[in-house]
Amino acid sequence: MAVTHEVAHAEHEHPQSFWKKYIFSQDHKIIGIQYLMTSLFMALIGGFMAMLIRMQLGFPGLKFYWAQWLFPGGFSGDQMKPDFYLAMVTMHGTIMVFFVLTTALSGGFGNFLIPLQIGARDMAFPWLNMMSYWLYPPAILILLGSFFVTGGAASAGWTAYPPLSALRNAVPGSQLGQTLWLLSLALLIVAFLFGSLNYITTILNLRTRGMSMTRLPLTIWALFMTAILMLLSFPVLLAAAIMLLFDRHLGTSFFVPGGLIVGGVPVSHTGGDPILWQHLFWFLGHPEVYVLILPPMGIVSEVLSTNGRKPIFGYFFMIGSIAAIAILSFLVWGHHMFTSGMDPLLGTAFMTTTLIIAVPSAIKTFNWLATLWRAKIRFTSATLFAVGFVSLFVSGGLTGIFLASPAIDIHLQDTFFVVGHFHLVMAAAALFGLFAGAYHWFPKMFGRMMNERLGKIHFWITFVAIYATFFPMYFAGTAGMMRRIFSTQQYQFLQPLAGLNAFISIAAFGLGVAQLIFAYNFLYSAFRGPKADANPWQANTLEWQAPSPPPHGNWGATLPVVHRWPYDYSVPGVEEDYVPQTSPERAADTVLGADEAASLQAKPRGEET
Amino acid sequence: MAAPVPTIEKRPAPPRGPEGPPEGGRGRGGDGEVQPVTPATPAKVFVWLFVGTVIVLFAAFTASYLARRAQSGWTEIPLPSVLWLSTGVLAVSSGALEWARHQGRRGRLAAMRRGLSATLVLGVGFLAAQVVAWRQLVSAGVYLSTNPHSSFFYLLTGAHGLHLLGGLAALSYTGWHVYRTRDTAQALATADPTATYWHFLGILWLYLFVLLFWV
Repeated sequence: MAVTHEVAHAEHEHPQSFWKKYIFSQDHKIIGIQYLMTSLFMALIGGFMAMLIRMQLGFPGLKFYWAQWLFPGGFSGDQMKPDFYLAMVTMHGTIMVFFVLTTALSGGFGNFLIPLQIGARDMAFPWLNMMSYWLYPPAILILLGSFFVTGGAASAGWTAYPPLSALRNAVPGSQLGQTLWLLSLALLIVAFLFGSLNYITTILNLRTRGMSMTRLPLTIWALFMTAILMLLSFPVLLAAAIMLLFDRHLGTSFFVPGGLIVGGVPVSHTGGDPILWQHLFWFLGHPEVYVLILPPMGIVSEVLSTNGRKPIFGYFFMIGSIAAIAILSFLVWGHHMFTSGMDPLLGTAFMTTTLIIAVPSAIKTFNWLATLWRAKIRFTSATLFAVGFVSLFVSGGLTGIFLASPAIDIHLQDTFFVVGHFHLVMAAAALFGLFAGAYHWFPKMFGRMMNERLGKIHFWITFVAIYATFFPMYFAGTAGMMRRIFSTQQYQFLQPLAGLNAFISIAAFGLGVAQLIFAYNFLYSAFRGPKADANPWQANTLEWQAPSPPPHGNWGATLPVVHRWPYDYSVPGVEEDYVPQTSPERAADTVLGADEAASLQAKPRGEET
Repeated sequence: MAAPVPTIEKRPAPPRGPEGPPEGGRGRGGDGEVQPVTPATPAKVFVWLFVGTVIVLFAAFTASYLARRAQSGWTEIPLPSVLWLSTGVLAVSSGALEWARHQGRRGRLAAMRRGLSATLVLGVGFLAAQVVAWRQLVSAGVYLSTNPHSSFFYLLTGAHGLHLLGGLAALSYTGWHVYRTRDTAQALATADPTATYWHFLGILWLYLFVLLFWV
């Protein structure tokens, strides 16, 4: 495999058919854009589901004339059925976590940026990369198809806790819908593993001359650690999903305890352990939230340094804290399970590891602030979203400290406090990182500029609306409002929260509508935006040395040579306020001799061994 | 070439003197040396990462196995005798693969192909023996859902078998590649990562065998 792809690289100037160039492409840039576009499409679907959820919660008893037509099975008369509501909650979570944020950040930006920022022509295994993308649409089809099977889509929550998810007669969504959910996720996991293997190999092996590990942009460090996290955590979910499928269809008893009676019929399983699923799920689940947040951290570091025209503050501490977060993320899964009957001593241990994560997180936050300190900030749309990321990361992250403590968590477990927490720190922050990256690298992806005025309008509405949506959830949760509850009118003590929920819903609708501005800006600019030059932000990293958009093979005849780290902004004594990584730094480079250096560069890869 | 521009990069002292070319980059030619150090090929890095992934998968199964064994309903199933045979076959196949690589290093590509074919045949034989083991258990009335131990037996042998199918595909590809190429280095460049994976599958089987019946 290694040998064949290098031959293909040496002759990269072939004209290609439309089919091979844009659909079954092996070019990392096209695959990255495919991942990004598909994820944005899924975001529309997941966002639409969020709107339905908020309509039900904000205005219980609302008549759904139009949605009824879309999902005939989900409504009785013009009222939403509770089963369908649970399916909505489940699918919204599944889609947003796995099919939008993971795929867009890791699949989209990972594919697009890694070869460009390390000075490679493509990924180490382009064919595997194509396979990674092409497992994603089938996974989507299976997942969305589950709405149209008997019983409807899975409704056991995105965490799919057994026995609800293991017994086929538990709830309507536990029928074929849950099986399809598991199969879809298994396919997507394989896609993620292909991608991660590729990313790590590429970063380790295909860096260009001079690009040492300690000269990598922080985006690459973040994506590198993310790939390692995915490689070490997703197989665990795969194992759990396989065992759950066995329990569902082949009569085994891995997760289903004995003595259960469902619908008056005793269950034939005996002796399984539902808590085991929780352990396996959260061993994936917690690293997964860092899979979502590490790439935005890299993107934000890059965007803030570039637009602050200052070197990133504490480059090595940034790398160290990414690594620390990655390692700690494997040691904290138990904090999702404080109420599962866990030994209090173990709970205290998980509390400690969880609280330690605050240290590298704080290091990163202070480094971003220090980067912005007395900087000549260019307030582009990307900068605004990056600053917004820092804000959301702090305001969402601080409540994580509350939830890490078992004593408080037992009170707040499965309330809207938790929903508010993870939506701010994981979902909203990751989304802001995604937007920052999209606005920043759009010119490189499509060769055109996005509309900055629309971008700023998009930012301000989104920023206000996202806080208005998720911050009040803390109050709802503290007042005892349960997560996944169908209606606030079911319990008397929740009825006073109706007004608060209506407010949250209206804010959520505003948030949803604001995203249409982005969709319009993105699609319009991709075709009609003003042409972008190679380096519109005067940035240092390698991708800005290639044309916009970069050609197949990225670099023309010779690979770039790296002479410095990526954050030489506003270097004293230099006329320009940026120095690209390719700019020679020492007289020594000329000692080698221009001809010799050129001949070294011109040598196609793969012929040297 | 343009005049040198100062930097504010903070980094440890450069490994070579200031006269050298830009340092860093383990990648091919990325080391900054005129004669680049040969790094691990992408295929080698890939196979080790893949082995790591499979280890995590089976670690999750192991954790589940140990946790589930502590619950109720655990009954030991009989050890199918044919497993001794399959273990032996897989061990011999690893030996055959090493012999093939040894021949390859001496430039005897024809012998290398024969060794690879033998490995492939023994690999298929192992899978056949595993199926016989399943048949033995079925005829003894031990099915997938009989008890947790049997569930894990079928699950773990099945998962291992699927990974072994991938190994057989890699062996076939290697054999085909060795057949096409005349270059020893290229033949070994493909055979080495395949061997890493194949030996790993052997060790994984030994581990599962011990876990299932001796722990």
